[in-house]
This record gives sequence, structure tokens and C-alpha cells, in this order.
Amino acid sequence: MASPYSSQSSLSALKFAQTCLEQDHGIYRVFFYHDGVHSASELQSPAQDEVNIHLQWQALADAHNIDLVTCIAAALKRGIINEEEAKRYQKNQHNLGSSFELSGLGQLLDAQLHSDQMVTFG
Amino acid sequence: MNTPTAPQDILILQRSAPYGSSKAREGLDFILTSAAYDQNLTILFLADGVFQLLDNQNSKGIELKNHAAALEVLPLYDVENLFVIDEDLTSRAITKDQIINGVQIISREQGRALIAQHSKIIGF
Repeated sequence: MASPYSSQSSLSALKFAQTCLEQDHGIYRVFFYHDGVHSASELQSPAQDEVNIHLQWQALADAHNIDLVTCIAAALKRGIINEEEAKRYQKNQHNLGSSFELSGLGQLLDAQLHSDQMVTFG
Repeated sequence: MNTPTAPQDILILQRSAPYGSSKAREGLDFILTSAAYDQNLTILFLADGVFQLLDNQNSKGIELKNHAAALEVLPLYDVENLFVIDEDLTSRAITKDQIINGVQIISREQGRALIAQHSKIIGF
């Protein structure tokens, strides 16, 4: 739920997810809400000697086929948008990473209902 | 998305004041979504979340929607289990007649029991 780089909890979520997978736990879904939606922006360009949180999520999703869902309402109002929504709202640009999708809060509820444990960061 | 099989008991903790951050509002959005999917919801207001319950909110000047007004329509969505921790009201100098109707005031001990009863909990 926290913005990447401003808050440690964003990186903690990433590290926790990576560790879960290393230890053979399953991840049903990662849901990005509140300021956490900024993790989905592929325009993140941190300095070269700093971690790129967006790219690490992308790599994790690609390697383990993890569902990365960004809350559509929280994302759009903060300027995190994919090509389809950019067309709908007549924006010239879009920035949602290819491994992320925009969807509704029902996906957060669905994840809660189908998981043994839900962990919130931020 | 898999469709949920049967309704489950979900406890939602509202811990944030209504306007300083987006958490209270986005927590409310999650409550409304879960209600739309017919889950058995219990809402517990605690810590600064008790400020959400003040009944004389006027947020026009800061161009935000009135949070208490949104909470008052929850019974229309069959969300009727609203609880607030007594000690958290008292420590913020909020009296019982200053909060919206339909909220049960419970002790911290009862709040702890409520949390212990639930396996599905989400906090905002």
C-alpha cells in the first residue's frame, strides 16, 4: 500500500514475496493498492546503484508466473495507466508495466477468500 | 478470478483518520466491494480510525466526499456489524453522542476477542 522509495514497506513487500517463493510457498496474487500502485509504473528510473522496485516485481512475475494486480481506481487517479485506459481517457501516454494488470477491488477480496494468509505492507 | 464459493467472515480494521490519507476512503471502497460480493462483514474502528465516526463532518472546504455520510449508508448494503473501541474514543476526547448511529461501543478486550474470532482480517 505504500509508495516505492518513500517507504521501506514497499521494498519489504518485494523481499517478502521473493523469500516466500525461495522457500516454496505459493503466492496467489500480489495486489497493489493506495500509493502502492506506483510500483506498477515502468517509468521508474532510479539511480544505477539503487534498486529498481518495478523491474524486480516484473522479474519475479515473469519467473514465477505471479499475478500482479493494480487497483484500477487507485491507479488511474494517480496516473498509473495502461494503453487501453489511456485511449479511453484520451491520454497520450501510458506507463503500466507489461506484467501488471489493472483490475477492481474484487481481486483483492478474491485473493483474501482463496488464501490461507494475507499479508499487508504499508 | 475464481468466484467465491460461500460467504466468509471478514473483519475490516479501520485505523486511519478520514481525510489525512486515502486509507479510510479506500478501506471503505473495499468494504463496499466485499458487501457487493455478499461476504459477512464486521468493521472495527480503532486508533485514529475512530475519527471517521464523527457525525458533524463537513469536508466541502477540502473538496473531499463526506466520510461519515458514506458510512451511514452501510446498513443499506447489509453491513450492520460496526464496532468501535471505547478507550480509543475516550483518549481522543470523543463522546458517545458525537458519533454516528448504529455503531456498537466495545472495550479493547472485546475488540481483541473480535480479532481472535476472525481468520480473515484486513486493515486500512
